[in-house]
Order: sequence, then structure tokens, then C-alpha cells
Amino acid sequence: MSVEVLQPGLCTTIQDIGRYGYQQYGVIVSGAMDPVAFRLANLLVGNPENEAALEMTLIGPKLKFNGDQLIAICGGEFSAAIDGKRIPSWRPILVRDGSVLECGHVEKGCRAYMAFAGGMDVPYVLGSRSTYIRAGVGGYKGRLLKKGDQLQVKQPKANSLRLRGLLSGKHLNEPCKVADWRISEHLLPSYESSTIRVIPGPQFDQFTFASRKSFFEQEFFITQASDRMGYRLSGKALELEQPLELLSEAVTAGTIQVPSDGQPIILMVDRQTTGGYPKIGFIASVDIPIVAQRKPGEKICFKEIHLQEAQQALFKRERMINIAAHGIDLIESRK
Amino acid sequence: MDSDQFAPLGDSGIIVKMGDGIDQKTHEKVQALARLLQKHPFEGIIEIVPGFTTVAVFYDPIRLFHLGIEFPYNWVLAKLKEIMATLPETSVKDARVVEIPVCYGKEFGPDLEVVAVHNGLTPDEVIRIHSETEYLVHMIGFAPGFPYLGGMDERIITPRRSTPRLKIPAGSVGIGGEQTGIYPIESPGGWQLIGRTPQRLFRYEGEPPSLLQAGDLVRFRPISLVEYHKLEGADS
Repeated sequence: MSVEVLQPGLCTTIQDIGRYGYQQYGVIVSGAMDPVAFRLANLLVGNPENEAALEMTLIGPKLKFNGDQLIAICGGEFSAAIDGKRIPSWRPILVRDGSVLECGHVEKGCRAYMAFAGGMDVPYVLGSRSTYIRAGVGGYKGRLLKKGDQLQVKQPKANSLRLRGLLSGKHLNEPCKVADWRISEHLLPSYESSTIRVIPGPQFDQFTFASRKSFFEQEFFITQASDRMGYRLSGKALELEQPLELLSEAVTAGTIQVPSDGQPIILMVDRQTTGGYPKIGFIASVDIPIVAQRKPGEKICFKEIHLQEAQQALFKRERMINIAAHGIDLIESRK
Repeated sequence: MDSDQFAPLGDSGIIVKMGDGIDQKTHEKVQALARLLQKHPFEGIIEIVPGFTTVAVFYDPIRLFHLGIEFPYNWVLAKLKEIMATLPETSVKDARVVEIPVCYGKEFGPDLEVVAVHNGLTPDEVIRIHSETEYLVHMIGFAPGFPYLGGMDERIITPRRSTPRLKIPAGSVGIGGEQTGIYPIESPGGWQLIGRTPQRLFRYEGEPPSLLQAGDLVRFRPISLVEYHKLEGADS
């Protein structure tokens, strides 16, 4: 089974949860910007949660299906349609052989994941299938998808086949069949929220009192120069008490660093492995999906959270994902 | 052990500070801890990333919650303190010396003349000074396999180019201020280029994938263009 790329969209890549263990060699982590949507998309088609899937941003691809395939789209809301008929997110959908899926434009959020039962068939590079564009490896030939690409899909496993069985049968002539159930909204991150929780960073106290205050009080604009590497924000400049000379050290997804112009940068999944700018804070991991679904031109603001609370919130989110996974298991096993 | 030594790196990491400046002692401590944790990772550790003066420990708080640990950060912190108490005061010196062949000057080193003129030397003197020094790999970062090298001779310090080049070929050896280094993959950059190595610094199929690792010593060996092409053929 395969899909043919008729139109690639703006920035469509193959991703999984990321490439870990090689940051010590300068290899970036990569992976899905919104890991929650990515994992749920896989679970909805009966895959293990870390199967390689498509990530689309702002403008999605147009794909032609070869062979009947079970898919799910999760994350931002796109104006996706199969043979002209609008399809919803957060649900399994059986797409018939020969159908054309046009993902269209994003209407809410910024990016979405399309998982295929079986997962995309691309080789592992250093333990991951995520695309690493700058090095030209991982994903599909180490690059963004292009018109004419033929993406191979692996053989679906038993879980996927059972979910698919629930959708096939009737309506054989329709181009697709959408499940009558979805992931409940209350299990998802609060994507609508524009307040992002931040753990103060190691240099937080070295910013002026006024800057520390304004960091949590002002609204920051997400500039056009924001991508998978990082979100460049613009706002009232943040100033240090005195200039700091820092040596490069490891950084992490969600690190908010402040270069000398005082405009913060949130590091995202394609960040370099090390950085030397003052770190004013870290986005709580639980809120990374919310940041990933903000697009350039939108605003965000920050609210302080204690480290322990941030870890507890992350664990609570994990329980939500487990509930969703369990629910899907139950549906799978129903006759 | 002072409490400033540990700082959270978000909610899934800890930075351990082993010293204040770029010096041999700090470097050895960084290496000793990083190697110990890599050899004997404890529950929940994802990966270890050594820096100039720090060791970053990435962990999975969710895995630790599942084990019934209430505050994963505190638990990892306690583990690290326990391990560091057993860390030998001075590490055994067992650095590898890695020789990197470099074809200096001509089209591979278009800025060799600039470095020479800036420092009142001849190009040959620049090559001699650059290749006689032993460099320490403090850390790998910036790009896959890119070594941050310490120990460059002051006599060849040269500021970066005012306009960076958009494309620097893989293997280029350059000088940027007080630093020297090798570009492992084609990238933009502002360093003064003095030569190129046919040696590949990074192989995705390799284990480890990087030729150099933090803690290694590097020596550059001047080679002719003929030898460059011979080695290039052998390394592809």
C-alpha cells in the first residue's frame, strides 16, 4: 500500500517522537512538534504510538491513496476533504483505494499529524524515522515531501485490522468511511489557551526586576521567523542586570533563551543541541503542544509554574493519553 | 558540594555544573561524570550531554512517576549526588589522540593568506603552528560531529569574516577568533577557511556516528592535494 503526493503542502515531513541518545554527538532531536496529537493519531489507527506519521504545517498535502487505508488526522483543524467531502479530525477514517485527500489550509492551530495504519515505511536513522532536513537524513529521503513522491505504508497489524473491520462492510462505494466516535475533547491539551506555563530558568534572577515582571505580564507576538527550530517572539525587550558571558551547554525543547536584543526565542524540536544565551525560563513540557499549535502572528503570554507542579501536570496528561488508549482498545475488541 | 551545582533543565533534565571556566580540571570532571553515567545509567535516564563546564542529564519524569516516585526531579537529584560522592577526585587520563589529515591553502583554504597577513606570518608558518598544536575536544555541538576544540595557538587568532559565506563545504577547517574547528556537513559560516580534510567526521551508519567525542585530543597533519584525493577515495 502507498500514497502518492499530488501536492506537498507547505512543510510536510515524516516524523516520529524524535531521535534520542545522539545529542552528545551534535545530532538534533527532531520529531513531532505536538507529540500529544502525534501519539493519539497513531493510537486511533491501531498503531504503536511511535509509528512514523506525516506532519503538515499551515497548508497540508494533497494525497492519492493506493489501496484501502485506515488513517487519522490529529492536531490543528485543517479544511481536509476526501473527494470533496469534508472529514473531521481525531477520528479513524477508512479511505478507499483511489480516493484523493486534500488537506487544505489550517483553520485552527498550526499543524496536524496524519497517521496511517501500519505506519510510513521509511528506514530508521540513528534509532528514529524523523526527518532531519539540514543533514538530509531520516524521514522520506531526508527532506520535505515533493510532488510525485510515492510513500510506502507498512502492513497494518492486528489492532489496525480490527479497527478497520468496524468501518468496512457497508457503504462500499463511498470514497471514505468516518468512525462515529472520536477522542474526547477533555482528554486533549487546552489548545485554545494562550497562557503558557513556564518554569523560571537558571538566569531568570539575572534579568532586571522590570524585565522579570514584564516577562510574565506582557503579551508576546510570534514572529514570521518561527519554525520547527524555534519560535522567535517580539515584545518589550528583556534586559539583564549586566551582560553575561555564558559557555555553550545543552538546551531542551521549550527553553526560552534571550539573545542580546532582548527578544526571547523558544527552542523547539529542530533546535541545535547546545546554546549559549541566557535562559530566562522553560516551557512546561505539558504546554509544548499548545505552543506548537500557535502560528506566526498570534500572541502568547507566560505564567509561572513550579517545577513539581509542571511534572505533575505532565503525568496527569499522560494519564489522559492512557485513558484514550484504553478507550480505543475497548472499541477495538467490540464485535 | 554547593547547591548551585545543580539546576533544572526544564522539567525533564538537570544541568550539573562541574567548574567555572574552560580548564583541564573542569574538563576532566565533566568527562568523569559523563562517562560514569553513560556506562551505568540509572532508571529514567534518557541521555547525557557533556558541555564545556556542565553535564546535562535528560530523564523521563513519566517513567519515574510510573515507578511511584512523587517528585522525579528530587529523586534524580538525590541519585546524582549519591553517584558524585563516589566520583574519583582525578580521572584517569586515557584520552585518544585522533589525527586529522588536512590539505591546507589553495582552493581548500581561501583565507589562509588572510590569517597569515593578520598575524604577520607567512602561510607556511600558519600551517606549521596550526598543525603542531594538540587540541582538546571540549564538546560536540552546533552540527553533527562538530568539535569545539580548545588549545589554539594565540599567534594565529583571526577574527571571523565580516560577511559569512552561505555555503561552506563539508570537511573545511577554519579559524574563528580564538577557536579552530572542522565543518562536518555543508553549512553557512563566518570562519576563515585555511584547509580541508578528506576525513568524514560523521557517519549516520556508524556507532558511534561521530569520529570525535568529547575528551579526545586532535592533531592536524598537513597533506598534499594528491594525498587528499587518495584519502578521499578511501574514505567514501
